[in-house]
Parts: sequence; C-alpha cells; structure tokens
Amino acid sequence: MAAVHGDAHGHGHDDHHPSGIMRWITTTNHKDIGTMYLWFSLAMFFVGGTLAMGIRAELYQPGIQILEPELFNQFTTLHGLIMVFGAIMPAFVGFANWQIPMMIGAPDMAFARMNNWSFWLLPVAASLLVVSFFVPGGAAAGGWTFYPPLSTQGGLGVDLMIFAVHILGASSIMGSINIITTILNMRAPGMTLMKMPMFVWTWLITAYLLVLVMPVLAGTVTMLLTDRHFGTSFFNAAGGGDPVLFQHIFWFFGHPEVYIMILPSFGIVSEVIPTFSRKPLFGYSSMVYATASIAILSCFVWAHHMFTSGMPVVGQLFFMYATMLIAVPTGVKVFNWTATMWRGSMSFETPMLFSVGFIFLFVIGGFSGVICAIVPIDIQVQDTYYVIAHFHYVLVSGSLFALFAGAYYWLPKWTGRMYNETLGKWHFWLSMFFFNLTFFVQHFLGLAGMPRRIPDYALQFADFNMVSSLGAFGFGMTQVLFVYIVINCIRSGEKAPQKVWDGATTLEWTHLPTPAPYHSFEKPPVLK
Amino acid sequence: MSQESGHYYVPAPSAYPIIGSTALFFMGFGAALTMNKMELGYGLLAIGFAILIYMMFGWFGTVSRESESGKYNDQVDVSFRWGMGWFILTEVMFFCAFFGALFYMRVFSIPWLEEESTVLGQGFWSAYDGTWPTTGPGAHEAFTPMGAWGLPAINTLLLLSSGVTCTLAHYAIKENRREALKKWLLATIALGAIFIACQAYEYVHAYNDLNLKLTSGAYGSTFFMLTGFHGFHVTVGAIMLTVIYFRCAAGHFTADKHFGFEGVAWYWHFVDVVWLGLFIFVYLL
Repeated sequence: MAAVHGDAHGHGHDDHHPSGIMRWITTTNHKDIGTMYLWFSLAMFFVGGTLAMGIRAELYQPGIQILEPELFNQFTTLHGLIMVFGAIMPAFVGFANWQIPMMIGAPDMAFARMNNWSFWLLPVAASLLVVSFFVPGGAAAGGWTFYPPLSTQGGLGVDLMIFAVHILGASSIMGSINIITTILNMRAPGMTLMKMPMFVWTWLITAYLLVLVMPVLAGTVTMLLTDRHFGTSFFNAAGGGDPVLFQHIFWFFGHPEVYIMILPSFGIVSEVIPTFSRKPLFGYSSMVYATASIAILSCFVWAHHMFTSGMPVVGQLFFMYATMLIAVPTGVKVFNWTATMWRGSMSFETPMLFSVGFIFLFVIGGFSGVICAIVPIDIQVQDTYYVIAHFHYVLVSGSLFALFAGAYYWLPKWTGRMYNETLGKWHFWLSMFFFNLTFFVQHFLGLAGMPRRIPDYALQFADFNMVSSLGAFGFGMTQVLFVYIVINCIRSGEKAPQKVWDGATTLEWTHLPTPAPYHSFEKPPVLK
Repeated sequence: MSQESGHYYVPAPSAYPIIGSTALFFMGFGAALTMNKMELGYGLLAIGFAILIYMMFGWFGTVSRESESGKYNDQVDVSFRWGMGWFILTEVMFFCAFFGALFYMRVFSIPWLEEESTVLGQGFWSAYDGTWPTTGPGAHEAFTPMGAWGLPAINTLLLLSSGVTCTLAHYAIKENRREALKKWLLATIALGAIFIACQAYEYVHAYNDLNLKLTSGAYGSTFFMLTGFHGFHVTVGAIMLTVIYFRCAAGHFTADKHFGFEGVAWYWHFVDVVWLGLFIFVYLL
C-alpha cells in the first residue's frame, strides 16, 4: 500500500489553510472544531443559565412578579432543551474532539469534514430555538420533554423546536458515528482496546448509545409534527393512538440520553483522579465493564419516568428493579474512584477538587435516583421539586462539574498556558457552596409537595425558595468567574511545560509538546 | 488497521459543511413557516432545497474525485465501512420508532380503548369495536384497508429481485466485467423505479378508491408513515444507485476498490429488509 497523502512532504497540511474567519468555517482540524464546540457550549450554558436566573427570580417570592405564566413555561422548557442539547452534550463532544485523537495517537477524527458539519449544524439549531421566543405564540412551553397533547397544541414555536431537535439529532448522529469510527479504526498500533484511556472508552460507549437512540427521537418528533399538521393519530386517542405512546418513545430516547450526558463525565473523572492520586486507575477493566453495563441497562429502564402515567403492576416492578440494578455498576465506579485515591499521594489542584466534588455530589444525586426508582415513593414525588433536585445533582454537580474538572485539567495542554490556580479553587468552592444552597433545599420543597413547572407556590414554601433563588444567583455569578479564568489563562497565563501534571500518563502528556501542535500525530506514535 | 504506510490522511478544509448548514437553516425555518400557512415559508424552503442539492453535488463530487485520484488509503476505506454500517443502524432505529408505534397501538392502546368503551358505556365512543384495521373510536369515516396480495406482493417481488440484480452487479464489478456491471445496475435502478411507481399508484388508489388517508386514524397514520418513509428511502437509494451507475460508466472503481458501490448496495439491501418488515406487519397481519 503506497503512502497516499495530501502533499509530497507529509507535514505541510497548513499550506492550503484559509485564514481568519474562513479558517474556522472550513476547518477539518479536530482541535479547531473542538474549540468551537467548547465555546459554543459555553455560550449556550450562559443562555440556558440566563433562563434559569429568570426562573429563580420569578420563584424568589410567591405570587407572579416578573414572568407571566406563559413566559415562565417557555423559560423552563427552553432552559432544559438548551442546557441538555446546547450546553452539556456539545461540551462533551468538544472534549471528544480535542482529546480522543490525542489520546489514541491519531492525527485527527476519521471523518474530518463531517466533523465540521456536526459542529456547524449546532448554531443553526440554536438559532431556531432562540428565535422561537420571538415568533407569534412564543417558544415551546410544554416542558423540555414536550409531551402531547400540550405540544400538539402549541404554535409556530413548537415547530421550530421540532426542526431544531431534528438538526441537533443529525449533528449528534454524525458526531457519534465519527467518534466510533475514529476509536475503532484510528488507534495507533499497540493501542489495544483494553489499553485505551477511560475517557476514550466512555465516549465509545456513549457514541453507541447515541446512534441507537437519537434516530428514535427523530422518529418521535416526526410523529409529533404529523400529528400537529397532517392529521395523523399517533398520540390522539380518538384515532386509536395514545399520548402515553409518546412518553414511551420519548423516554426510550430520554433515559439513555441521561447516560449519554454522564458517561463521558465518568471518563473525565477517571482520568483526573489517577493523575492527582499518582496511582493507576483502580480496576480498569471493571470500569470498562461497568460503563458497558450501565449503557445496556439504560435502554431497559425508560418507563421509570412514567410510573404515574398508568401501567400494569408487572411493568412497574420490572422498571423499578431494572432501575435499581443500575446502582450496581455505578457503585463499582464510585468504589474504584475511591480505591484509586486510597493511599495515593494526593494533591488537590482545581481539576481534582471538581472531581472529588463530583463524586460526593453525584453520589447524592445517584441515591435520590434510587429513591425515585421506588414506585410508591415516585408516585409521591413525581413532578415535584424533589425530582428537580435529583437530576440537577446528577447533571450540574455531575456532568457540569466533570466538565469543569476536564477543562482545568486540559486547558494547559490546549492553550500552552496555566490557569490561575487560586481563582480556580475559588471557582470550585463558590460553585460547591452555591450549588448546594440552590438545590439541596429543593429536596425538602419536593418532599413537602411543591410541584415543578409552576410559576407560583403556596406560602409555606417561601423561605426555602428564597434560599434556593439566592443560591442560584450566586451560582450563576460564579460561572462568570470561570469565563474570566479561561480568558485570563489564554491571554496571560504562565507558560506550561509538556507534562503539566506529574501523575499524568496518557499520550497527550507523554508524547506531545505543550501547547499541542495543530496536527497531533502525523505518523503513528510508537507505544511501549 | 493499515498504518504501515506511515502517513495518515486528513482531508483539506471545505466550505460544503457550512453550505449544508445554511441549507438546513432555510429548510428548518421554511418548513416551520409553511406548516403554519405563512407564505414566506415556501420561498425559504425552495432556497433551502436548492442550496442542499448544490451542497450534495459539490461534497459528493469532491469525495469521488479524491477517491479516484487515489488519495484514500486502506485505512480511509475501513473508516467508510464503519461509518456506513453505523449510519444504516441509525436508519434501522428510525424505522424501529414507527414499527414500535404500530405494535403499541395494536397490542396496547386500541384494546384498551375498546375495553374503556364497554366500561364507560353509551355516550363515550359507544361500543367501539377495536378490531384492526381501525380508524380509532373518534373517527367515523369508513375506509377499506390495503390488501396484501395485490400490488404489495408484486412490489415485494420487485424489491427482492432488485436485491438479486444488485448482487449480480457486485459480482460483475469484482470480476471486472464492466458491461455486465452496468447492465445489472441499470436493472436494479429500473426495478426500484417500477417499485416507486407502483407505490405512487397505490397511494392514488388508496385516496381515490379506498378512502384510506393519512387522517384515517391509527391505521392510516401507521400505513402512510411507514410506507411513506420506506418509499422515500427507496427513492434516495435509487438516486444513489443512479449516481453509482454514472460513476461506473465514467470508469470509476476497480475490482478491488469500490466501496462507493458497496455502500450503496448495503443501503439497498437495508431498504429491502425494511420492506419485508412492512409487508408482514403493515400489509399482511
């Protein structure tokens, strides 16, 4: 097989690179694309965060202060959609883009141009979502799960949301096919599957989940669209359909989606903890199997979101036990992280702080998840703030904290400069404090019966809501500090050495200079 | 993995992705406005489609030129195989959603509605008889369901034989019999086109003679959505085969390297298998 390559010398990809804005628009470089993903998700994080601030401002006191109920519903709906599809998922894909080729010794992603398209679809979808606020009838207001019949009744905003979901789905599918192919086909010789860094493993499994469930979501929103405009009866009982059918198909997507947002964060934490404990990851292979088990189980638990929708007792029991079963592989993971730290030579730089914070808070969210899985309790807490508290513990202090851990961990490698450690620690401790202030009290609110998605509440909930809102404002403000830290790092951070963290073992630290060169590996690295 | 060659292949920067995004931007807004009866929508939709077609010509053209100029090594070939394989899986899952809806209605929601109507008695969709095919309890317009043994059976034969001709074309390309290759490809495309024509006739027949419409409750929804999406996929497959035909006529592909052909053949067989599912679960049962 002859060496076939873009140019004769084999190192000058850069000759034919456009510069300026066209560099970013036409790029096929995984680092450029990863950077765009990360900045986009950060921007979306603040858009979704602004909506959250609006929600908490309205809930600061009982009564209607700031947002009319219609607008409040639009805020909660778009807050969920933007955070899930615009902030958390693209951020993980950004990490995948930057890190996977570097960690497996590949030059780039397998489908570099498709990679570019996966990213550039996101601003299109985001603009459909954001513009929907300003069309007649406003944005979709039926919750981020857009259950019919509410979503069959909405106006133009719902259609814009449907097409946004289609485009986001196309982006995710292309992204995940790309990641699978990269991992399976582009590894350096000697990088066997069971030698891959955990972050790569978790993304491989996540990508499989994405190709399985994203098309199902596309099918669901298509049915919604035809029910809305072309007179089909998928979710209409008068025609023999069933609104509950939507819930089944949606959650067949939606529950694996939950794991799509947490598995890569397990991966990040599994890189950070060994580095700062200066020990190899405890139980590597059991971590791989646990991740796969979580992914497989996640496809058989969807109806635990629907215990109050009505289903036979046998169904309730099955979904209850299957859900609880997920706690086992998750427990394996938490045990392994703890065992990795055990008697390690630990230090607590910002990435490690966020990772330890992740373990502590994610376990709280995991436990409240097991509690919600119990049918009799779930019937009590369904659609209350207990559920809000539960999934913010796994999504904010889970996914988001792990994203921060990863960002601090790899920023020096990406930018060639160190972030400000003191400010990073401030960012962690403030986030930790305000996060718990915001969401811990919501457990009590939920157990006391405060329903979600309602702009007003009974007087007895007033104190805890005020505490929660204050926490939310503090948390929102703290995130501005993160932006400052990142920009400060890029502009005027100290120069970082090749191996920033002495305990790091993956290829990007051991084989590549800092900052990572534009093309990581032109030739496959030699692995021991 | 074949990295012995020493160098990796990374494609040059391209403007086609952003052009594709622009197309979807227009199409997304255009479709949403069109469905809400806003005039502006049609124009946006048309612009979107035009840009999309331009993008596909450009992007696929670039890829086949790069392929023919020998830029793709074995590793790229393997990547394409993985990519196409998983893409077909996503298509399978897309159809699963609609088959799932069909099964759910037939096994759960319609029997439940029948049960409820006997419990609640007169006045509430009184005496709903939930036997399939049904329009559901709320609709009153009667229709005749589509029989399996007329046109659909012929369609099954058409698609199955197109799978055979496609495989014969594959043998031909592997043995470097270029004339036979073109002949069998043409036969595959023709069978696909006849299939689409038959489906179109069936739709006209359903609307005009059987009073079977998209709005005919559970049966109409699942019948038209499943066969419609399948028909759309056959159309896409036939277009892809046509492109491959012209590429073969232009002398593209060799006996060893022809994944462009194989990928389309995989897709065509996938469309075939989905049809068998449709024939059994939509037409027959």
